[in-house]
Amino acid sequence: MNKVHLELSGVGMEFPTPKGPFSALDGVNLKIAKGEFVSLIGHSGCGKSTVLNIVAGLYQATTGGVVLNGREVNAPGPERSVVFQNHSLLPWLSAFQNVELAVRQVFGGKKSRAEMREWIEHNLSLVQMTHALHKKPDELSGGMKQRVGIARALAMQPEVLLMDEPFGALDALTRAHLQDSLMDIQSTLGNTVIMITHDVDEAVLLSDRIVMMTNGPAATIGEILPVHLERPRDRLELVNSQHYNECRSAVLRFLYEKQKKVEPISARNNGRKSWMKKLRLAG
Amino acid sequence: MHTAITNLKKLNHFGWSGEQLRNVLVGALTPVIGLLIFLMIWHVGAQRIDTSLGAFPGPVQVWEQAANLMDEHRSERARATAFYERQEVRNAERLAQDPNAEVRWREFTGRPTFIDQVFTSLWTVLVGFGLATLIAVPLGILIGLSQNLYRAINPMIQIFKPVSPLAWLPLVTLVVSATYVTSDPAFSRSFVVSVITVTLCSLWPTLINTAVGVTGVSKDLQNVSRVLRLGWFRHVKTIVLPSAIPMIFTGLRLSLGIAWMVLIAAEMLAQNPGLGKFVWDEFQNGSSNSLGRICVAVLVIGFVGFLLDRLMLLIQGWINWDKSAVVR
Repeated sequence: MNKVHLELSGVGMEFPTPKGPFSALDGVNLKIAKGEFVSLIGHSGCGKSTVLNIVAGLYQATTGGVVLNGREVNAPGPERSVVFQNHSLLPWLSAFQNVELAVRQVFGGKKSRAEMREWIEHNLSLVQMTHALHKKPDELSGGMKQRVGIARALAMQPEVLLMDEPFGALDALTRAHLQDSLMDIQSTLGNTVIMITHDVDEAVLLSDRIVMMTNGPAATIGEILPVHLERPRDRLELVNSQHYNECRSAVLRFLYEKQKKVEPISARNNGRKSWMKKLRLAG
Repeated sequence: MHTAITNLKKLNHFGWSGEQLRNVLVGALTPVIGLLIFLMIWHVGAQRIDTSLGAFPGPVQVWEQAANLMDEHRSERARATAFYERQEVRNAERLAQDPNAEVRWREFTGRPTFIDQVFTSLWTVLVGFGLATLIAVPLGILIGLSQNLYRAINPMIQIFKPVSPLAWLPLVTLVVSATYVTSDPAFSRSFVVSVITVTLCSLWPTLINTAVGVTGVSKDLQNVSRVLRLGWFRHVKTIVLPSAIPMIFTGLRLSLGIAWMVLIAAEMLAQNPGLGKFVWDEFQNGSSNSLGRICVAVLVIGFVGFLLDRLMLLIQGWINWDKSAVVR
């Protein structure tokens, strides 16, 4: 394996709450090689997004830290571009302009105007969006918006691509399609990718390693499962692969046996109460 | 086949189905009916009110006065044209006799007509409102971005927001008289007083709404901006301003409404030649026509206010990126 590219060491995160600090993460250690595809899986609320946000630099870890290429990460930046869960395109800009904003920011002064345009179009063609360059996000379907979001992230030529449940809000067919595109893109560009997912099949299909997280509070890494499947991977052939099925059942066992999440009833009531409080505030 | 026939039956020559036609008719007729009922109540009610200047004018008398005001405007215009023609001829004659003669070109100094006053008012309100916008939008963005600045400025906003134009006016008048001293004023003093009063009273809704709009920028878009490392100026230009545009326009519309309302009061007291002064002069005049003429002014004030609001909506629809947003 290549030498360590991105390292999380002893990452812990506490959020201040009225009842005192809440420990969301504790002692997360992870080493990721260049070009590796790692997915984070775990039950909701286990701090997956917190890990991603710390790597992105959007959050600052309370303890420990993140080192990328020997340098500490302490602020967001385009070398760790993020694909947000809900695409987060600027609704007043077209697909082209959304990518352009990122490209101008990263390559402004380094590339000529024509080169930049070419680069924007190239990245949109990677996600097969050249037919809708000048459409606004409102005019695009959910899958197309997410494609543009990926194109925007790729266009920054990131060292690490961070994806926060990128396909979570999409229907199964669109999701499969985008997963295939993502595999293609990753095999050509060789980006390092960290992806959060809820979907076991997605994790096994895409990843080199699956990082399974324990339930919070003070969540940490429970197990790391390497996936030794030949690339390029084909979802239809994989169904018959023994290793694929082993990986799936390993992840499923972790999630539903070892880290079985029992929702306490009182917590649910609390949820309802806070929801009602919100309603009252809104009214 | 059967459905095709019934569909055909439903269509009239406009291509509307019966239901659509009914909706269109109802939509067009109800405002007319409402207006007619209002005119009737006005007509009947007006006759029962006796003022020191005679009976309160009904719709008919007001209409007559509106026609009168238009006639006066036309005759005044005719006088102005005649004056300039005479002046032209006179000066030409004088120059023909002696090429070195000094000729004087004078402005026509007739009374401003009602129409002139409407335009003066419009000009004043637009300058005042424009000034308010220039102050309120940038300031609103700043206090929306900085919680501390907001906390620092908020008390002033809350205290000055409800102050009536009538309270500002004496202060503004005195300050302007003391500071606006030039031998060749580009604007008359009364104009400056009216403009500043309008600005002071109308900037608050834009200021507050802009600040609220800026605070409401979605967390996700802010994160995008952080990941891209957008500079402050570009962050404001590409993320904050477009996000806040709908709220800014809500504020601008409220502000323009207030500006127009305040202007009439300001003109009345500042004696700026505009609709407010017209109303005041007619009130002081106290002829039997005065009440009718004031009623004309009231209706015109309302109508112009309505037009200004529509204009704002038009601009909003044109600038707003969210074309699907329902603007009304």
